[in-house]
Amino acid sequence: MFRPLDVTGDGAVSIEVEGQSRLVPMAPNLAAALLSAGFSPFRTTPAGAAPRQPYCMMGVCFDCLVEIDGVPNRQACLESLREGMRVRRQRGAADIGEKGGTR
Amino acid sequence: MSGTVDLAIIGAGPAGMSAAYHARTHGLSVVLLDEQPTPGGQVYRGIATARDPRLDAILGKDYAFGEEIYRRFAACGADYRPGSTVWRIGAEGLSLISTGRSDDLLARRTLVATGAMERPFPAKGWTLPGVMTAGAAQILLKTSRLVAEDAVFIGCGPLLYLVAYQYLKAGVAIRAILDTAPRENLLPAAACLPGALRQPGYIAKGLRMIAALRLSGIRIHRNIRSVSFSGKDRLDTVHWRDKAGEQTLECTEAFVHQGVIPNVNMTMSTGCRHVWDEGQLCWRPELDAFGRTSHEWLMVAGDGGGIGGARSAALSGAIAALAAARDLGRLDAGAFESESAPLLAARRRDLAVRPFLDRLYRPLPGFRVPEDEEAVICRCEEVTCGDVARAVGEGCPGPNQLKSFTRAGMGPCQGRLCGHTVTETIARLSGRAPQEVGYYRIRTPIKPVTVGDIAGRTENAEQGAEHEQAAAH
Amino acid sequence: MGARHPFSDFVVIGGGIVGASVAYGLAKAGEKVLLLDEGDIAFRAARGNFGNVWVQGKGATSPAYADLTREAANRWGEFAAALQDETGVDVHFRRPGAFYICFSEEELQRRSRMMASIGERATVRSDFETVGAEELRRRLPEIGPEIAGATYCPDDGTANPLFLLRALIKAAVAYGATYLPRHEVTGLRIDGEGVSVETEEETYHAGRAVLAAGLGNSRLAPQLGMVAPVRPVRGQIMVTEKVRNFLDFGTNFIRQTIEGGCLFGESSEEAGLDEGTTLPVLRETARRAVTAFPLLRNARVVRAWGALRIMTPDGVPVYQQSPGAGSAFLVTVHSGVTLAPFHAGDLVEALRQGRLHPNEYQPFSPERFDVQAA
Repeated sequence: MFRPLDVTGDGAVSIEVEGQSRLVPMAPNLAAALLSAGFSPFRTTPAGAAPRQPYCMMGVCFDCLVEIDGVPNRQACLESLREGMRVRRQRGAADIGEKGGTR
Repeated sequence: MSGTVDLAIIGAGPAGMSAAYHARTHGLSVVLLDEQPTPGGQVYRGIATARDPRLDAILGKDYAFGEEIYRRFAACGADYRPGSTVWRIGAEGLSLISTGRSDDLLARRTLVATGAMERPFPAKGWTLPGVMTAGAAQILLKTSRLVAEDAVFIGCGPLLYLVAYQYLKAGVAIRAILDTAPRENLLPAAACLPGALRQPGYIAKGLRMIAALRLSGIRIHRNIRSVSFSGKDRLDTVHWRDKAGEQTLECTEAFVHQGVIPNVNMTMSTGCRHVWDEGQLCWRPELDAFGRTSHEWLMVAGDGGGIGGARSAALSGAIAALAAARDLGRLDAGAFESESAPLLAARRRDLAVRPFLDRLYRPLPGFRVPEDEEAVICRCEEVTCGDVARAVGEGCPGPNQLKSFTRAGMGPCQGRLCGHTVTETIARLSGRAPQEVGYYRIRTPIKPVTVGDIAGRTENAEQGAEHEQAAAH
Repeated sequence: MGARHPFSDFVVIGGGIVGASVAYGLAKAGEKVLLLDEGDIAFRAARGNFGNVWVQGKGATSPAYADLTREAANRWGEFAAALQDETGVDVHFRRPGAFYICFSEEELQRRSRMMASIGERATVRSDFETVGAEELRRRLPEIGPEIAGATYCPDDGTANPLFLLRALIKAAVAYGATYLPRHEVTGLRIDGEGVSVETEEETYHAGRAVLAAGLGNSRLAPQLGMVAPVRPVRGQIMVTEKVRNFLDFGTNFIRQTIEGGCLFGESSEEAGLDEGTTLPVLRETARRAVTAFPLLRNARVVRAWGALRIMTPDGVPVYQQSPGAGSAFLVTVHSGVTLAPFHAGDLVEALRQGRLHPNEYQPFSPERFDVQAA
């Protein structure tokens, strides 16, 4: 589990994780925020449904994929944290239907 | 998008920022593109954001070196485009996606400064949640001030000790350090020591860190011969073998590291010549002293051309900028000579420590080519060592046939985390040299981009048609 | 280099789908086969292949080719099943039929007429439907609003060409063939015993040779008195990440694999041996794909490549025997996947008998080009 090094005044951001409202510490990217909130796993693999979390934190490994605001397969480590963003676990292959997540 | 820029630089780390500054001082028009939202690359991540003296104290003095590079870059007048994913580069220019917009850029010269990535650590169980790279741990510390208590640090190489040391200074408990640096490297590394001592600062710094770690009371196990991870849905146990035999430790976070290697996908996509570097056990583009590749329009600076560290990267960026200025006729021969000579000399001195570090921290073959059949080699497609061995047994002549038979390398990471393992595994199984075995054939797009992006859509649908017309060649 | 490699009944030159199919069929029939292949980086059409087992529209200029295609496609199911039994490799053969997507009413009608004309002249039957826009939307819910319609043929199918190649080589070896990759052929000769084949390291001897080297055939064929009128025609293909299943049928330029990735591409360019991709073609291909299936807009492309098709002047296969009913044979097709059962079956029988009977093979002789030239 990742925890903040110290209590800073950076504030917290309200986002929706798996349909639930969560307050997460402000962070430069979504992956860091989700790790500090204990979100696990970020995704399950298409082939073997294996659980995965970020490995490299620099955009190379693609294990931090999550669904953001209905758009699948976003690399959480490259996404900025935004108030109100809706995050879901990426379960298996991407659902690219126009409505997203409703098929 | 009009006009042709003199120099397109990809990567805002020390090499890219330094190259931008030096190119600008010689009057070149410069665009610098980077995937991250802020500059600094990996080694100087967060350099531009508001600084916290406490964090600086933890991260150390070297970080301040990056500040100087950043300051000069920020003031040099380069056209800096953060949040840009370059997906294609070619002789006439490149294509990128930035905040949902597709764009094309014409450039006379392209400088790839995309740096390095950590060497894969293909141990059994390395895909479990809870196993991350030491670099990832450092990124979380540097940019988000997040730490994990009671993590186990596993592997070898300067970055592993640096992050452990930074954790120590931050007062975070470390469960154990499993040092995989092979004892048998000591003697051959010692032979490289005289060269390394030309830059005694590096050695002194390393010794200080290691001494501090040893004195801290953290459990350190040395000369680890093999490692594996287990757990149900996430990591719960680390297994290893050292001279005391098979051992285990319960933990839920492990930080692994065994050196860095060039991130070669961008250069490989151009088809320029690459070589296998047996000293650094990696593929890198073939370069002259100034960073020129086998393509006239393409240059490389920084760790993407071979591992040298941040200071060498900055020097290489400057050197490449001079060469670009020369090649584009903005710098005469005399000035080119007199300006590049001291930079080349400084870089030679800075690189003098490399052979020593490369030899000392050369990972055992068993850490580069898994010994366990069940160890996953391709994380994206979940292809195991056993799968690869079977395909080689059927006569697969190389990584590309292997890719087509097993799907290894076909996932979104585009072979970044499995390519080197595959090359070395095929080499080992078939008794051939890595140079002969080759690498995956890397193609456009350099990073995955949507069909819509390639089609040339923009965020604003009304502008869509107009933009598509402009983008069509 | 030690003892001479034992004499083979057949040497097959080219380890792509065509060569591997022939080697498999010969080995299975009890022949002693040597399969020679190039290295890892080769102009390997097999690896660029789309994976369609395609019947509709084939043989517009050649009823014999239409029949050949239809027969081969009809045997694909048992062919795939046999390979799976023999090797454990599932080549993912499916035969749900396929749609040829038409972007205008005019294109739809033109295609429909063309297919009707093929049907009239072919002997082996294959039905098709002309499907209008509304009906198409019912059958392919994700089809785009601008699509005019499609011709649908229930006999079309798909398979994984990469797994097919793996299965064929594995099966050939299991039946006793010797597979030697990284053995590029540098010279060929008819000699007293049959054929001598030179590679860099060694010379091999066989009773008969089969040239299945794709584009390489044009270099090798003349050495044995044959001609391989082939040229590369490039098609730029893209493949996406795995996405949730939305396309159960084949189409002419987009297909979704079992794993979930979507392959699409349709260009035909004279680009020589350049296997690269170009921005204008990628853009146009991407636009057409999004027009056909708008949801693809959000799918991420992970790889793009230029696949070199092996094209004869009329797109119809060439099967040839060296002069004087000799001991060398040439096979060149661009539909190696569709015709695989034929190459492993009836063609192998003809090779074993040492004769391409004119009744069946005359339509595929390269002499037809001389007639055109004259």
